[in-house]
Amino acid sequence: MMGSENQEAHPHASREEMQSLILDDTSSSSSTSKSFSSYRSAMTTLSESHHPLSLPIATSPAESDPLLSPPPPPQHRHLQSPKSTSNPNMQPPLYFADVGEVNGIESPSPSQSLEKSSPFSRSSSSSSSEYIKIAVSNPQKEVQSSNKIVPGGNTYVTYLITTKTNLPDFGASEFSVRRRFKDVVTLSDRLVEAYRGFLIPPRPDKNVVESQVMQKQEFVEQRRFALEKYLRRLADHPVIRKSDELRVFLQVQGRLPLAASADVASRVIDGAVKLPRQLFGDAPSTIGPQDAVQPAKGGRDLLRMFKELKQYVANDWGGSRPLVDEEDKGFLEKKERLRDLEQQLSNASQQAESLVKAQQDMGETMGELGLAFLKLTKFENEEAVLNAQRIRAADMKNVATAAVKASRYYRGLNAQTVSHLDTLHEYLGLMLSVHTAFSDRASALLTVQTLLSELSSLNSRAEKLETSSSKRFGGNKSRFRKVEELQEAIRVTEDAKNCAAQEYERIKENNRIEIERLDAERKADFLNMLKGFVTNQFNVICHD
Amino acid sequence: MQQRSFSGVSQSPRSPSKQPPYLAVSVTDPAKMGNGVQAYISYKVITKTNLPEYQGLEKIVIRRYSDFVWLRDRLFEKYKGIFIPPLPEKSTVEKFRFTAEFIEMRRQALDIFVNRIASHHELQQSEDLRIFLQADEQTMERARSQETGIFKKKPADLMQIFKDVQSRVSDVVLGKEKPVEESNPDYEKLKRYVFELEDHLAEAQKHAYRLVKRHRELGQSLSDFGRAVKLLGACEGEALGKAFSELGTKSEMLSFKLPKEAQHLLMNFEEPLKDYVRAVHSVKGTIAERAAAFRQHCELAETIKMKEIDLNKLRLTRSERTADAEHEYEELKADGEEARRRFETIVRLMNEEMVRFQEEKTLDMGHAFHEFAKGQSRLANAIADAWRSLLPKLEACSSS
Repeated sequence: MMGSENQEAHPHASREEMQSLILDDTSSSSSTSKSFSSYRSAMTTLSESHHPLSLPIATSPAESDPLLSPPPPPQHRHLQSPKSTSNPNMQPPLYFADVGEVNGIESPSPSQSLEKSSPFSRSSSSSSSEYIKIAVSNPQKEVQSSNKIVPGGNTYVTYLITTKTNLPDFGASEFSVRRRFKDVVTLSDRLVEAYRGFLIPPRPDKNVVESQVMQKQEFVEQRRFALEKYLRRLADHPVIRKSDELRVFLQVQGRLPLAASADVASRVIDGAVKLPRQLFGDAPSTIGPQDAVQPAKGGRDLLRMFKELKQYVANDWGGSRPLVDEEDKGFLEKKERLRDLEQQLSNASQQAESLVKAQQDMGETMGELGLAFLKLTKFENEEAVLNAQRIRAADMKNVATAAVKASRYYRGLNAQTVSHLDTLHEYLGLMLSVHTAFSDRASALLTVQTLLSELSSLNSRAEKLETSSSKRFGGNKSRFRKVEELQEAIRVTEDAKNCAAQEYERIKENNRIEIERLDAERKADFLNMLKGFVTNQFNVICHD
Repeated sequence: MQQRSFSGVSQSPRSPSKQPPYLAVSVTDPAKMGNGVQAYISYKVITKTNLPEYQGLEKIVIRRYSDFVWLRDRLFEKYKGIFIPPLPEKSTVEKFRFTAEFIEMRRQALDIFVNRIASHHELQQSEDLRIFLQADEQTMERARSQETGIFKKKPADLMQIFKDVQSRVSDVVLGKEKPVEESNPDYEKLKRYVFELEDHLAEAQKHAYRLVKRHRELGQSLSDFGRAVKLLGACEGEALGKAFSELGTKSEMLSFKLPKEAQHLLMNFEEPLKDYVRAVHSVKGTIAERAAAFRQHCELAETIKMKEIDLNKLRLTRSERTADAEHEYEELKADGEEARRRFETIVRLMNEEMVRFQEEKTLDMGHAFHEFAKGQSRLANAIADAWRSLLPKLEACSSS
């Protein structure tokens, strides 16, 4: 409960960052985006201190248009050695290179919003009006000037993020900024806070590696690729693409004007400092309305966390049911279905990887066989004393050629298979977002339940005080003061409960809409994936 | 039955019948005999012939692997200079000794072995072959048990082995490090060729075997993938679920084709390659025999020279030992002549054999390569067809 909610180590999340070749960047239908405008971040309505929104109009044209230049640097073609035995899924540049070479796919759909998008992608029709295109490029090392804690320089990498858009909110059509990975983490954290109940794409993993590795070309390239994918997914999301957080991230020059996430330790320390004062009544022990709309965990209010934990336990183990509970049967069914889906996705994704590996192995061994026969051919030709040997050498050459061709077929096949079946990995990663969205809902409900319990206990305390007072003598004044305090607490808590209930309803609605969107998009994406996979399998054979 | 290269059966000079002479052998019907550790496989060897040396037109005997080994060893002893057809290896792994695949592979290899002998113009006249094809089991068993281990070497051969060792030791002692070898540049070239060929072939065979494994692995992957996809489809609704289920089924169907192809590859491509490697070992065996024969010939020549010197000394001194010495000298000269003849036979045979060997291998390999290409093309087409047939079904799902 104390950790931040979206840092659970999910084994698939990291893999799925590394693989996808689907670089299509669709702008979904404008019809849905209008209905989402009312679901803007609750934070912006309740607190003013959120975004200093200063929009620089001046755009800085990039040195070269990163959207048109191919991403992989040439040295990665070395990675194509047939002896490489590492997991194919961990090397996206390898397959980039392959995609460039293998061109066995005819693309039926005429409208391609971006050059490298798969022909079977859920592309927008060419008549759609809104788009955001993002490219991440040009990683550069920078040195942070010494700060007081760590003497000496601290190097990190920044990336150039270039955006092309026609959305009016941005006020410009092309602009770029430099951001480092820490900024992306900040963006992600703020989005998760602000858009509770939404399916927010999972951000690329932080990597706990030594600084040596951080600066290696391969690692930087992997990260650049993952960042690009992440930002494009954010731009795809009908609601998030219009968020202030994203806009500020993409546009504001210089330091990112979003509040940085405090680390767990300092939050706990703050909370621990406050707690004794809460218990002794110096600090407010009630939850105010503006806090009620925030989740308890990850915050600084330890007392509140304890209360909610108590409620949580009481829900499960207590004799009585909570006053408000998850009633939506449809939701519960949906949740079950999605859980099943996740399990099967995970299984299918694993088997897809095995299939890719088997195809790769086949290609490798074919290649080795071909090479061995080529050597034999050369040998027999050189040493030929009899004609029979020359004939045999010619036969061997044919076999060698056939084997080498077959080897190339399997490699080409694999490159495309990876990109198609990658859709499975993507959706698996998205399941993480589903968990988060559902847990937003659960935690909002818990807050409501806690507040209701608190209310009922406050009310009963007030009642008791009122009835008992008539028996006392001189305690009237203090009793009266206590009753007044209680009444005040009840009012505040009532307000908080109402806000929390509203928030809960809001999150429920977000859930519903997002799950619908997920289902529709998933259906389209999966169908395209299957078609693409199948077409690829026989296309590459025919082009042999 | 595999078509391998056979030269026709040569004319037997004593054959009176108008029908051309023939000798057809087949090894069939493997059957497990005995129990437990002593269990073994027996094969039916069917001989159909009109050659007068054989009893009757058709004879069926029961033989086991060690009988074939006996035949090969006898032929190797008797026909130096000829590349004796190779035998499949003894199986070292207990587990696989009785699998259907292993037994079939061995049966095929044994069949080819006997047929190669039966169609070799020299080897087909061997008495040992006749014993192998015709003797009853008891006789065969007796013959086989007599020839095991060191005891199969006759006393004269044992002497020769000792002499070889002796001479090698004395060579070292005398400072002659290398044993005597022919200085024939063409032959040197040939030897180098054979050794290098073995390396190349072994590598190719290794990859061929791995390729067989890869086919099986791909089959397994396709099957697992198909199943997983079907399960995933069960989670999704109507049209999408159906699409997944179609794909999964197709994948599983394809997965059955791969192990079949793997088996075909094993029997018709990898096994011939392995056979080729064994054949090269056989050539190396003959090379060793030729070297031994050459050494014998040279040593005897040396000994004769020394003896001649001694004899002349004795003649001068008119000793009574002269007569004995003369006698020994004559015997030695006969031996030397014998050794020279043996060596030259081997050289002559080897030259002929090389030609036959190369031609046979070109035919064998040509056939194996053809099978390889056929198999791969068959597989590729099956895969393409399967997936292509799926596409309209998927289109139907997405339009609904």
